[in-house]
Order: sequence, then structure tokens, then C-alpha cells
Amino acid sequence: MNNSNKNNKDEKKIVLKIFRENTAQKTDRHYDKFNVPYKKWTTVLDALLHVKSYMDPSVAIRYSCRMASCGSCGMKINGIPRLACYTKISELETSTIECEPLPNLPVIRDLVTDFSRFFNHHKNVQPYIQSNDGVDDSDTEKKTFSFYQSPDDVDKYLQFSYCIKCGLCYSACPTVGTDLKFPGPQALAQLYRYFADTRDEAKNRLDIVDDRHGIWRCHFAGSCSKVCPKGVDPALGIQLLRSYMLGISKNEKKLAKKIEIKTNEENI
Amino acid sequence: MKELEHDSRNNLEGLKGWLNPSRYGWERISYWFQRITGVFLLIYFIGHVYETSTIVNGQNAWESFLELTQTVWGHLFLIMVIGASTFHSANGIRLIFTHVGIGLGTPGRPDYPYNPSSLNYRQKSGIWIALILSAAAMYYGFTVLFGE
Repeated sequence: MNNSNKNNKDEKKIVLKIFRENTAQKTDRHYDKFNVPYKKWTTVLDALLHVKSYMDPSVAIRYSCRMASCGSCGMKINGIPRLACYTKISELETSTIECEPLPNLPVIRDLVTDFSRFFNHHKNVQPYIQSNDGVDDSDTEKKTFSFYQSPDDVDKYLQFSYCIKCGLCYSACPTVGTDLKFPGPQALAQLYRYFADTRDEAKNRLDIVDDRHGIWRCHFAGSCSKVCPKGVDPALGIQLLRSYMLGISKNEKKLAKKIEIKTNEENI
Repeated sequence: MKELEHDSRNNLEGLKGWLNPSRYGWERISYWFQRITGVFLLIYFIGHVYETSTIVNGQNAWESFLELTQTVWGHLFLIMVIGASTFHSANGIRLIFTHVGIGLGTPGRPDYPYNPSSLNYRQKSGIWIALILSAAAMYYGFTVLFGE
């Protein structure tokens, strides 16, 4: 038996059921089915690209890195939000795979959703380091100082900084499904990421989510952490933040020391 | 960032997201039960206040209303109340602890396969204990109400 025959024998087929809708043209929602060959290592994204290449080029998907780093190919696969590039067909153990757009995000076309609302929530929590003691942006640009952080200090926020903004947690959250003003797990976990960072001195960031549509709407369903493909554990960040806001946490924030950097000229 | 022109509620899961809670594991099932039992107990308490207020219309009115709970369906309803209140209380205590950051673990450096520390065995055990206590309380209520 030559290699090509052996490969054909190993090749199995899966039914890919893809959600179709074009909101701009107001087409009806429906599903298209495709029989797609796959192998042990074929991902759902590979199968979708096979459909685009050989069966129906009009299927709309968003993707980029193919290695769970960019967070572009999030979609609902067999009822659960997942990254298509990170989900192997063989691991799903079903004969039909249903691909739908991420829930709680408006559909633009087929599997492509609009992330504007998601990114607006992210932007609202001021996801950047803020320093208040006379050090301004120009100092940072000139790199006249550096922060001292111990490994323990870094561990407090590092996990939350791995967020790739794929929107899976936002889609899985049952609170987001009923309250669009709720920032969602991603934004709240990012708020905690900057709050826990010893370089940050923002004073009013917590006020942003101290609202009836804010952090208090989280009821710890844990679905955000369940679907996160990067181990960020947004539910943990949210509960730790809430603990601090309730005054229960005794972890007083110690700010990182700033150490002036002497330039080569000064050293000479 | 400006949102594109379309219905912002398009594709919103809404209450449908509560259906099939098993998709996301025990924590989502617990969330679903906590909400359902909460709504059920609210309805019960409203009915309970109405029931006790019938005393102002005299003893006959009170007793005739109370007879509703002495039927088979009335007993089954009360068993549901026992189960719902037990689960809601036990799971509620677990949630109070989690809401203040107790029993969730600490942030660290995540390693593949990324088991989230907030969904640890202590949380799952808490959910199972709440369910077992609820079932036991319902069984006890059943033996008392339908005994003999």
C-alpha cells in the first residue's frame, strides 16, 4: 500500500454545521452543512478553512495566528465558546460539529461578531498603568527611572495579563446575557490586573465598577474561567477585587519603588 | 470605539443562556439552581404572607386556607420548599465565602492545561454538599408529611 492510499484510508469525515446570516443584507438565519475530511490533528479552524477553500468561499470567519495567541477565531462550537484554532475535531468526539457566532456579541456575518461593545467595556476600566507622584509620561518616555517589583509582586497580576481579549468569557457569562451594561468578566479581570500591579496608583478606577451594573452583578457562575483558553481565571480576579471593595481583604497595596536610571553620560 | 450599525441585542443569549446549565460544569449548575430556588422561594414567601394574613378574616378562613397544604400536592409543594430553602442557604453560605475571596486559591503562573484555581475541588465539594443536604432535607420532609 503506498502512502497516498494509506492516507485516504485514515481520512475520516465530519459534518460541519455552520451558522449563516448576513445582517447588512438582512438574510434569514440558517445553517449550512458540509462534509469535511479530517485527521487526528485537524482543528475546527482547519475544517472551516477547508470549507472556504474548496466548498463555499462565502463563509465568513475571523482568524489570524492559528495558535491561540491572537484571540480572533472565538466561536460557539457544539454549544460552548471556544477558539476554533485551539479545538481539535478528534477531541470533540461527535459526528457533527455545530459552529455558531459567539453569543452576547452582535452578529455581523456568519461567524463574525462585532466586538465594539466588548472593547468599550475594556477601555472603560482604564487598562493602563497610572502614576500620580509627579512622574509623567515624558519621564517614562525618557526612561529616567525603573520600577522595582519582586517576583511575588509580579505573580499577583501576571496571570490576568495573559488575557488575549478573545471574548469567550464575555460570551459564556450569564450576567452579560441579561445586562449589557455589565462590564463582563474580561474587563473586570483586567481592572483587577492593574489594581494588583504595584506600579499603578490610579485612585478612581474602582469607582468605575462600583455600580449596580458593575462588579456587584457577578454571581460567580464560574463559566468565564471554565472557557478561558489562556488560564486567566477571570472569576478569581473578580472575587478578589470584590473582596477588596467590600473591605474584607487586608492586602494593603504597597507601591513599587522607583529607581532612577543614570544615563551613560552621567556615569562618565 | 463606535459600534457598527445593527441591533445591539442581536445574538444576546438572555434567559436562554440559563437553559442547559450542564454545558459549563458544576458551578454553572449551582448558579442556575441558586437563581431558580431564589425565585421559587420569593414566590413562596409572598404566598406565605398572604396565607398568614387570612387570619384577619377569622379562624374559619385561616383553616380553610391551611387545608390546601394538607393535600398530596400541598405536601409535594412543601417538600419543594424544604429542598429549595436548604440548597439556597447552604450554597448561599459557600457564595458568601467566595464573594470575599475565601476558598478560591491565589493567583499564580498558569500552566497548561490551565485548571482555574477558582473552580477548585473545595468549590465543587461545597456544591455537592448543598445538593446532598437538600436531598436529605427533602427526604426527611417526605417521611414526616407522608409518614403513617
